[in-house]
Amino acid sequence: MTKKAILVLADGSVYEGYAFGTEADACGEVVFNTSMFGYQETLTDPSYAGQIVVPTYPLIGNYGINEQDFESDKVQVRGFVVREECYQPNHYLSTGTLHEYLVENGIPGISGVDTRAITRKLRSAGVMMGIITSDKTPQQAMEQLLKVPGYGSTDFVKQVTTNAPYQWEPEPGQAASPPCKIVVLDCGLKYSILRMMCGHGCRVTAVPCTMTADEILNLKPDGILLSPGPGNPEVLDYIVDTIKKLVGKKPIMGICMGHLILGRVFGAKTFKLKFGHRGGNHPVRDLSDGRIHITAQNHGYAVDPDTLKDGLEVSHINLNDGTVEGLRHKELPIFSIQYHSEASPGPLDNTYLFEKFLEMVRGGK
Amino acid sequence: MTKKPSKVLIIGSGPIVIGQAAEFDYAGTQACKAMREEGVTSVLVNSNPATIMTDEGIADIIYIEPLTVEMVARIIERERPDGLLPTLGGQTGLNLAVDLADAGVLDKYNMKSLGTPIQTIRMAEDRELFKQMLINIGEPVPKSATVTSLKEAAKVAKDLGLPLIIRPAYTLGGTGGGVANTWEELDHAATVGLAASPIHQILLEESVIGWKEIEYEIMRDGADNCITVCNMENIDPMGVHTGDSIVVAPSQTLTNKEHQMLRTASLKIIRALGVEGGCNIQFALDPNSNDYYVIEVNPRVSRSSALASKATGYPIARVAAKIAVGKRLDEIPNQITGKTMAAFEPALDYLVVKIPRWPFDKFASGDRVIGTQMKATGEVMAIDRCFEAALQKAIRSLEFSNRSLLWEDRTWEMGTDINAYLLEPNDLRLWALMAALRRGLTAQELSNHTKIDLWFMDKLQNIVNMEKRLLSKPLTPELLRRAKRLGFSDEQIGTLADRLTEQVRELRHKWQIRPVYKMVDTCAAEFDAGTPYFYSTYDQENEAEPLEGNKAIVIGSGPIRIGQGIEFDYCSVHSSWALQESGFKSIMVNSNPETVSTDFDTSDRLYFEPLDEESLRDILENESGQPDNAPSPSIVQFGGQTAINLAEPLFRSGMPLLGSSAEAIDLAEDRRRFENFLNELGIPQPPGAGVTSVDEALKVAQLIGYPVLVRPSYVLGGRAMEIVHNAGELVRYMKLAIELDTKHPVLIDKYLQGKEVEVDAIGDGESVLIPGIMEHIERAGVHSGDSMAVYPGINLTEPEVETIVDYTIRMGLALKIKGLMNIQFVIMPHPESVPPGSEPSVYVLEVNPRASRTVPFLSKVTGIPMVKVATKVMLGKSLKEQGYHTGLWPKQELVAIKAPVFSMSKLLGVDTYLGPEMKSTGEVMGIDYTFDAALAKALLAAGLMLLPQGAILFSIADRDKPEALPIIRRFASIGYKLYATEGTAAMIEAAGLPVKMISKKLSEGHPNVIDIINDGTVNGVVNTVTGDRVPLRDGFQIRRSAAERRVSCFTSLDTARAAVEALANGSQIYSAQPLPDYRGKEPA
Repeated sequence: MTKKAILVLADGSVYEGYAFGTEADACGEVVFNTSMFGYQETLTDPSYAGQIVVPTYPLIGNYGINEQDFESDKVQVRGFVVREECYQPNHYLSTGTLHEYLVENGIPGISGVDTRAITRKLRSAGVMMGIITSDKTPQQAMEQLLKVPGYGSTDFVKQVTTNAPYQWEPEPGQAASPPCKIVVLDCGLKYSILRMMCGHGCRVTAVPCTMTADEILNLKPDGILLSPGPGNPEVLDYIVDTIKKLVGKKPIMGICMGHLILGRVFGAKTFKLKFGHRGGNHPVRDLSDGRIHITAQNHGYAVDPDTLKDGLEVSHINLNDGTVEGLRHKELPIFSIQYHSEASPGPLDNTYLFEKFLEMVRGGK
Repeated sequence: MTKKPSKVLIIGSGPIVIGQAAEFDYAGTQACKAMREEGVTSVLVNSNPATIMTDEGIADIIYIEPLTVEMVARIIERERPDGLLPTLGGQTGLNLAVDLADAGVLDKYNMKSLGTPIQTIRMAEDRELFKQMLINIGEPVPKSATVTSLKEAAKVAKDLGLPLIIRPAYTLGGTGGGVANTWEELDHAATVGLAASPIHQILLEESVIGWKEIEYEIMRDGADNCITVCNMENIDPMGVHTGDSIVVAPSQTLTNKEHQMLRTASLKIIRALGVEGGCNIQFALDPNSNDYYVIEVNPRVSRSSALASKATGYPIARVAAKIAVGKRLDEIPNQITGKTMAAFEPALDYLVVKIPRWPFDKFASGDRVIGTQMKATGEVMAIDRCFEAALQKAIRSLEFSNRSLLWEDRTWEMGTDINAYLLEPNDLRLWALMAALRRGLTAQELSNHTKIDLWFMDKLQNIVNMEKRLLSKPLTPELLRRAKRLGFSDEQIGTLADRLTEQVRELRHKWQIRPVYKMVDTCAAEFDAGTPYFYSTYDQENEAEPLEGNKAIVIGSGPIRIGQGIEFDYCSVHSSWALQESGFKSIMVNSNPETVSTDFDTSDRLYFEPLDEESLRDILENESGQPDNAPSPSIVQFGGQTAINLAEPLFRSGMPLLGSSAEAIDLAEDRRRFENFLNELGIPQPPGAGVTSVDEALKVAQLIGYPVLVRPSYVLGGRAMEIVHNAGELVRYMKLAIELDTKHPVLIDKYLQGKEVEVDAIGDGESVLIPGIMEHIERAGVHSGDSMAVYPGINLTEPEVETIVDYTIRMGLALKIKGLMNIQFVIMPHPESVPPGSEPSVYVLEVNPRASRTVPFLSKVTGIPMVKVATKVMLGKSLKEQGYHTGLWPKQELVAIKAPVFSMSKLLGVDTYLGPEMKSTGEVMGIDYTFDAALAKALLAAGLMLLPQGAILFSIADRDKPEALPIIRRFASIGYKLYATEGTAAMIEAAGLPVKMISKKLSEGHPNVIDIINDGTVNGVVNTVTGDRVPLRDGFQIRRSAAERRVSCFTSLDTARAAVEALANGSQIYSAQPLPDYRGKEPA
């Protein structure tokens, strides 16, 4: 019989299950994701750095792991909490099981737990730190948990960004002439962003988040894309400073963390949402035409609209809770979205925003 | 944007037939409620009285009239609606909308088709237009061609190559569709398909059999906002109609990329079609590549959308109706969360499994192979947090006693040869797969063979593995918990671990292994929802805290099947509403996703659960909270035989019942006890006895005299009931009956071939109210569910009525009926020697201490809300206090006729003759001021009305010939051409009528009887059966041909007589007016 394991939350609640993946302890902020598809993309999404992810859909791993659905080069979550882990996946692309993939990456999982109970807890009490362990008592686990630094005070972006700039190789037939040259500031980017930009005929270069504004401008980009990424935007002053120097020089699109950073660049404050938005079903209203878009989301922070200034305005809001989902500059070719136009996982309804960005870029050429 | 209409016509789907069941009552009811919320007047027309949507208080103006162009045009003329909602009445509604447009009615009265433009309906229904549209927007379609003749079909097939799928245009449930692997099969399938299509058009299509079949439910509003409500994966791959497939939602084996690819395609298609409302799109997906095809689009709410609504909590029909009158998705609140809007996509944190309910338990001779033509009459859904458990709960919900996944047919030959198993698609395939896995065939082998995705097969293997552990390992708390999490019932665990079911339950309680109840909330717990919609699972946290205050549980009726139809859902819903009206919280338990009862806002709380003892007791325990709290009472009278069968186990486990006691129920159902009971009251019943051996049977039959009525003592819809005319037939019947069931006796009664009369009554212990008496057109011997019933009993004499009323009251009081009861009587004609005015011979055939299938009909006709009155009686409010008194309620000045509707064209191999075993799937009502007009309407609505001019074939059994002659004369007198088989022709000729003799010997030249049916020479058949109904006899072939060609076929002379009279008396002068207008004075 499989080894028992527990998930202990910072408020002392304990959820029992069985260990899978690597047998190790994992601490992190526990968050839930309501997407019913795309666990491989979720696992490899750098925005989940520092977090233990709980998919609310109970059956995870059904189609195994394949070579096409990676969003980064490794598992990014700290731990994975599922109702049921599929050890007999079946899909023509599958090259292995979820369990094997977590073992390869040294990441622990826990299965058999009441994930809905956890979700309800997080929804009502807010996200909190938690620990997965298979060899500690709940008391020992709590002691361990108290030693871990808080999620909001850690700079996870620096941990996940690329060490050196690199160019994304377009797939055959994707190169357009003359291509737009886009620099993606890697705060924790997903490959899908690079794939899709290439798909739109761009030459894409990803650069470390620590790159200076001058270094970026030296690459002579036609446009700059600020990528999504993990953690608290308030600990990223160095990136905010970099971007401030780029404003007005190049068209800029921000996605998720990139959006929060842009908000801060224009003086806005950000705040932490109680339990975040993580899933593939969030309705967003485009304030310009009233249309509703179903979006993929993964964020725990949001821009405080009352603190916006310097020509930045709210362009999109979340239909569920009214929070800011998009910003645009009244004059400059700058806009951002809190959600994920690259989807992956999630609906592909918003890829048109890449085209919109490229129109801006081409318009500025 | 659509201008908001002020008055909207909603077309219902008519009678329940295979392919069109209760889901459209659910859709129509939701639409009516939505209209009311939007301030739009709703005018509803439907011919089916057993629906909630035709209740006063649901739609604003209700017509129960035949769904014909002529009738609906008259309604439109009278009501002048400015909009038409064609998308809620299934294929019937859609087709009628197109017909109304074609007839110029919509233009004439300046009506707009709301939601889905008529042009879109045409595009989605016309294969060629549809294909072209998909090609235009770059969506892949299988290679195909539309043809209108057999010759053309053969030619096209040579280009496309075999195998091919045949799909007729404009049919429901894929009627007439088929697969052709050989040229012979192509010939047959194309013939059937062309005949099935009202426009004689079929599509021949490249076969993608074995590909995954995936469905999407999409919504779009007038501002072009689009969302997907749900996707679903058919476990049975392409080749099996989705209505006959086991389906899981959401899809289980698709990657995010595959899902998004199909989702994106779906949005593209709904936009191209311009549908404003709901749309169902079916795809075939290659399991080994990214290739997919668009297979079908339904630009309307459907069976799948009802399933998706129940699976997600997203009310598709309601939202679609609001969109149709101009609302945007972001303006429609999500009722479930109350905080968010309908513009989102539901997130599930469970999965659902749907299993079709096929009628082969009743039609043992039916062809059990399933394919592109739907055969299921209904379906069940189960919700859980793992596949194995959802599947096993769904199987429990099918209510086949003793058929858990452990069941195997005794006749199956087993071994390790994969070909020994029944693995082609059929209703028992799931069990055959389990049997194969138990005997060591691998999941991989079986998946290769059946093309069922290995993922599902591995899950079945998990179940088999658990069976083995339960068989071999000691039952520990850990093992028991794991088995429960995989959905094993206490009974299954008991069987495997050698315990009694009750012992397993006790162990569970001792070890604190109890189900918890989780909420269906559309959002995977992301938002705090107030939905009262729950399912059970074995997990940590329970969300269903016991409801506070007075409450009662209404036990629903499970899947729609022959003998237990939508009528019982109607009753359950009304009981729930009556509880609420009386200040009680109503708790509904049911397993059928199609219905109004499983709408989350019908009751204060809904448990979507199997209707068996384990499930009910768990729910009752959950609702009592603490073990020492008094349990809530249950109502078992409204859920048909399903609910009434639970009376005894609930009573035994100390759970209280509302209404008639378990004792009264047992008394009525136990043949021997009931006989004594009637003797004591001095009320006659046909002589008979219960027997357990062939010898005993012969002795009893000898004593009472043939013909005799034989049936098992356990009865549902007259299952396996037969009229036996001689000893030979009796021996055959008895041998079979004993083989099937050795535990229960077989009942033998004298068959009294008299006039059958049916009564529904409400008792409160002191008074017995009889809202009305219904007289059957067919004599006793035809199952009451298959008979046409006439209200009020217009041919009954005063003394007969008095006797019936007297017997009913006495039985009601003696049984201490609290609530509803149904009694069937037979009235024997007096021999001529008896002077007029003497005591009539009225016999009691059967008493059912529960609501019957005529309750909705009678409620509508009399205006007495019978279920409400009965429920209030159960809660202690006497009939007197409710303003009613003992005796027969005054007759209404109207005539209403309930006529049965059959789905025989879809059930190959099933004999269609009317007999004591019920065969109809639905019913219609004809209502008017005269018998002739009501009859004409009933026949029209049931599709039995003969053409004014035509030809008819007679093949009459010898013993019926004298009686048939006047009917034949009648046909001749109105100008019908007569055709007849050998013996019958001789008789007609002898009577001096012109007749053409047609051979029934199929092997002896042409044209024979089958030819003249198939080539359309005759448009009606009257055929009575000989006693020994061995299929493949000539009569059977005649009846099957008629069914498949959709030629009216009368197997009862009574029905034939009624049909010819309706034709002769012309009655084009029937009324078209709202239901309440027919009733002169309203009841108190």
